Amino acid sequence: MTQIEPQNQLTLDLSRKHKIEGSQATARQTAELLRSVISQQRVPYTNQAGALIDAVKAIGEQLIAANPVELAVGNIVRRVLHIIREEDLSLTTAAIGGLNLSAVSDDENDDDRDGDSTLSAAAVAAAARSTLRPPSLQTLLEDTPVSAAVPQTSSSGGDSEGKSKSADKSSRSRKLKHDVIEAVNELIQDIVTCHEQIAEQAVEHIHQNEVILTLGSSRTVLEFLFAAKEKKRSFRVFVAEGAPRYQGHLLAKELVARGLQTTLITDSAVFAMISRVNMVIVGAHAVMANGGVIAPVGMNLVALAAQKHAVPFVVLAGSHKLCPLYPHNPEVLLNELRSPSELLDFGEFSDCMDFGSGSGSPLLHVVNPAFDYVPPKLVSLFITDAGGHNPSYMYRLIADYYSADDLVVQRRATAGN
Amino acid sequence: MGAQKKRAAAAAAAARVSEDPDDLARQPLQAILLADSFTTKFRPITLERPKVLLPLVNVPMINYTLAWLEAAGVAEVFVFCCAHSKQVIDYLENSEWFSQPNFTVKTIESHNIISAGDALRLIYEQNVIHGDFVLISGDTVSNMSLTQALQEHKERKKKDNNAVMTMIIKKSKPSPITRQSRLGTDELFMAIDPNTKQLLYYEDKADHSKGTICLDKMLLAENPSISLHNDKQDCYIDICSPEVLSLFTDNFDYQHLRRHFVKGLLLDDIMGYKIFTHEIHSSYAARIDNYRSYDIVSKDIIQRWTYPYVPDVKFCGNRATKLERRGMYRALEIEQSRSAQVGSFTVIGYGTKIGSNSKISDSVIGEGCTIGSNVLIEGSYIWDNVIIEDGCELRHVIVCDGVIMKAGAVLKPGVVLSFKVVIGERFVVPAYSKVSLLQQPTVHDSDEELEYADNSSGTVEFSSIQGTADQSNGEMTSESSEAHKPKLGTGGVGYIWSICEGGQEEEWRHSVAPIPEDKLTELSEAMDDDQELVTQDRTALSTSGELISDSNASEGDDNEDSKDDSVYFEKEVEATFLRAVEENVKVDHVILEVNSLRLSYNMTSADCAGAVFYSMMKLAIKTPHSSASELQQNTANIITTWQKLLKSYLLEIDEEIEIILKFEEMCLESAKEFSPLFARILHILYDKDILQEDAILRWADEKEGADESDKVFVRQSEKFIQWLREASEEED
Repeated sequence: MTQIEPQNQLTLDLSRKHKIEGSQATARQTAELLRSVISQQRVPYTNQAGALIDAVKAIGEQLIAANPVELAVGNIVRRVLHIIREEDLSLTTAAIGGLNLSAVSDDENDDDRDGDSTLSAAAVAAAARSTLRPPSLQTLLEDTPVSAAVPQTSSSGGDSEGKSKSADKSSRSRKLKHDVIEAVNELIQDIVTCHEQIAEQAVEHIHQNEVILTLGSSRTVLEFLFAAKEKKRSFRVFVAEGAPRYQGHLLAKELVARGLQTTLITDSAVFAMISRVNMVIVGAHAVMANGGVIAPVGMNLVALAAQKHAVPFVVLAGSHKLCPLYPHNPEVLLNELRSPSELLDFGEFSDCMDFGSGSGSPLLHVVNPAFDYVPPKLVSLFITDAGGHNPSYMYRLIADYYSADDLVVQRRATAGN
Repeated sequence: MGAQKKRAAAAAAAARVSEDPDDLARQPLQAILLADSFTTKFRPITLERPKVLLPLVNVPMINYTLAWLEAAGVAEVFVFCCAHSKQVIDYLENSEWFSQPNFTVKTIESHNIISAGDALRLIYEQNVIHGDFVLISGDTVSNMSLTQALQEHKERKKKDNNAVMTMIIKKSKPSPITRQSRLGTDELFMAIDPNTKQLLYYEDKADHSKGTICLDKMLLAENPSISLHNDKQDCYIDICSPEVLSLFTDNFDYQHLRRHFVKGLLLDDIMGYKIFTHEIHSSYAARIDNYRSYDIVSKDIIQRWTYPYVPDVKFCGNRATKLERRGMYRALEIEQSRSAQVGSFTVIGYGTKIGSNSKISDSVIGEGCTIGSNVLIEGSYIWDNVIIEDGCELRHVIVCDGVIMKAGAVLKPGVVLSFKVVIGERFVVPAYSKVSLLQQPTVHDSDEELEYADNSSGTVEFSSIQGTADQSNGEMTSESSEAHKPKLGTGGVGYIWSICEGGQEEEWRHSVAPIPEDKLTELSEAMDDDQELVTQDRTALSTSGELISDSNASEGDDNEDSKDDSVYFEKEVEATFLRAVEENVKVDHVILEVNSLRLSYNMTSADCAGAVFYSMMKLAIKTPHSSASELQQNTANIITTWQKLLKSYLLEIDEEIEIILKFEEMCLESAKEFSPLFARILHILYDKDILQEDAILRWADEKEGADESDKVFVRQSEKFIQWLREASEEED
């Protein structure tokens, strides 16, 4: 019961848009909520991972449904699910490696619900399968042992602990929960620091006397530009205002406050100015699995202009914006249509909306989409907190962060409640 | 007494305010939500379900209001329930609103309340409102931010304790043809001080036929600038200071928030309370007052003006709905035939089935509806669990929960089908009819002025109807279907409510259907006529009609005044005269006194003559007498005694005629006893040289052309006149 309170609150906050603004805040709050859910979840003796996964899925489903447009929520839910699986796996492998009683006790898990932790039939086979997991590029390159590379937590320490205490069931369950919470903490830390992580790479991309174009306003872009400025790079910024919310105006203000040479242009002037630009740097709302970008409206126009003039189009995105889904019909399904009042003054146009006369059907239709979809072929480079990546590499990154079982966050029918 | 109390209350409130202004600022914002509109515009639907629970784009209206209040930072809401209070309370208890962490919803229930004024008085008695509060009715949809308006209100309040209310307004042009706002309400005129934003004048019932409104000229005198608007829409969202409640308590006759309270405050300058306005520009706010505004606000919601309170955003536990291209909202689990055409700006609720070749456009379909094949639905609002069989046609109608339409039934524009009505096969429901399972209450009102009285009787009636309906619910379906077979076709259940007289006019104005072509042309023609009229009698400023009417009004006032004055003057003169008679004052002194009265009342000598003569005759009639001849004698005596007084005012022939006319008037009205003596007294007056023959002849001539009834006295004194004429001729 206690866990329902904050969860409901966040669900409501998510659905009522005024409460949380921005993907980063949403991601952080989601992660914090899931952490509290995990810590409050009572774990059974058998199949702890399954119980945790079910609990997280149950809440995740509601959170995602609360605001389907904010993809960061789903991303974080999936990340947390992935963390649980990974931690469980690492503990299991450790346990098997220890060749202890755990295998016998694991036989009780006949009704094991979780694919990854199915150990009853052949624990050894499972362990073997764990080594057969698609290895991440990172692990391949670094050539580190699989067991150590899987969780980014203190897994080596966990191994030794797991070996020593594997006989003790309850301690193992506590261990799993503890490890998962540790890992989620790290995830939260990642989300909080993603701006700095990305900004650190600024000097590598922005060079002396370059002209940078951006559209609208993005916290990440702002930090990125500041970081380059702090490293004594001198460059100029063109800011397209980003109608109809005109957040570009705010960005221009902040840039000027930090002493950057800034030029504000209208969105429609982008094509005229692009030939003078060396690089386009923009923020994103979400990055899809195919490398496509959901970004503030008008971005596709900028991307097309950049392609026409062969200007690099760089997208900055924290890893919480990395979405494992492929965009189908992104203009509609992953979009959010906002109020027409951002475009027109209701009072001035109220006579166009007098349905009392005429046929009764509205002749004036105002469409105000919040997002654009930029196809992957228009993007030159993604800069995430894990470094710079090509759009075609996105699927690998996603394979690192998510497990394929979680792409559809839906509780299975067997989960009674 | 009332004023004293008022002052005391105001002082108490002022003391409370001044005690700790910071504390007031920190106080959580409260709101009063009136879950009853105290009108009957949504009948017959509201006989069975309160208006605030009617679905607006598949969400009960009250949820929009509550969601907005929550978002606007209100901490505590008092929902005042009156009609169907149980339903409202049950609904709220089962909703998520009672379990919000930072948002408290409390219900106040009362059954014998018939107006908003009563409701506020009751809330005042309960003493639950401690600071500024938002007053809103449960049928208001908005997405505005209250912060700025609240800030303005508080700052004004700090400077001027009399600024008790801030009214939210929005620009919205009224239709030039129908002279009604988008929302189907009457055109609203407001005079606002452009600098302070103070509301100076509020009129929602202006006389459209004349195209004029009346402004108090003091408004123009007292305010350096006034802007007069007819393109503002009253959003019915008010930020009030706690004094507002005490004002309602002091003025127990305040019923309607606008008609009595706002207008009352604007007219009453004794207490000097002021109302201010706050105009919102980009955000949306509208109140659903009638079927027309139900239609318009629904369309605004579908067009997303109310964002984020739109169907595809879950703001109050509504079902997940997806927005598709061209403004199509579809919930889950919809069964739609491949050949069915669902057009733009349509909302389809959860679990609805749509048959083949059906066409739906600009409509809202509720949950769990079954729509057959070849059905045409256009601009309609279909609530939950409605069954529409094959081949039905619905254009611009409202269909409530559980209605069954048998195959081939047709609903003409403007029809309202209340709960669980059954329409028979191939039956055509005529335009603008309202069909309900409940019979029409016998007392029916179309006149808004009667609303209150009517409403009270309405609720009583309703309960009795409800009682009978409940009792005979079982047999009613069978019985009434028998009895009303011809009314709603074979198998039809329900009563068609008759449209009351004069209501016809209102029906098309306030229905969900767009205004028909012929009405529009009629109206535009009427408007052309109006404009011609205006151009014909254009005086100084043809368009700013208020100036003309203003001067007219003041002239009228003057006439009123002068009439009053002459009555007072007459009384004063009479009193003076009587005193003179009693105390034997000298004639000269009396003349002096009457002259001073004449100057102070600014009267002519003719008035004086009339008044003096009137007093003399009054005296004569008061002197005890037994017969007509005695009365004549008395009169003669008095006239002889006071002829000098009378003569002093008879400077010209006009005054003499005035005396005759006065006498005539007296004979007809106040002193009928004189009427048989008219000719004789006229003779006496002639004898005493008070009246000259010219005056009498002139009078007779004037009366020549008058009505028969007026000629009574002329005829009576015919002989005398005849004699006079002959005498004058002889002289010649």
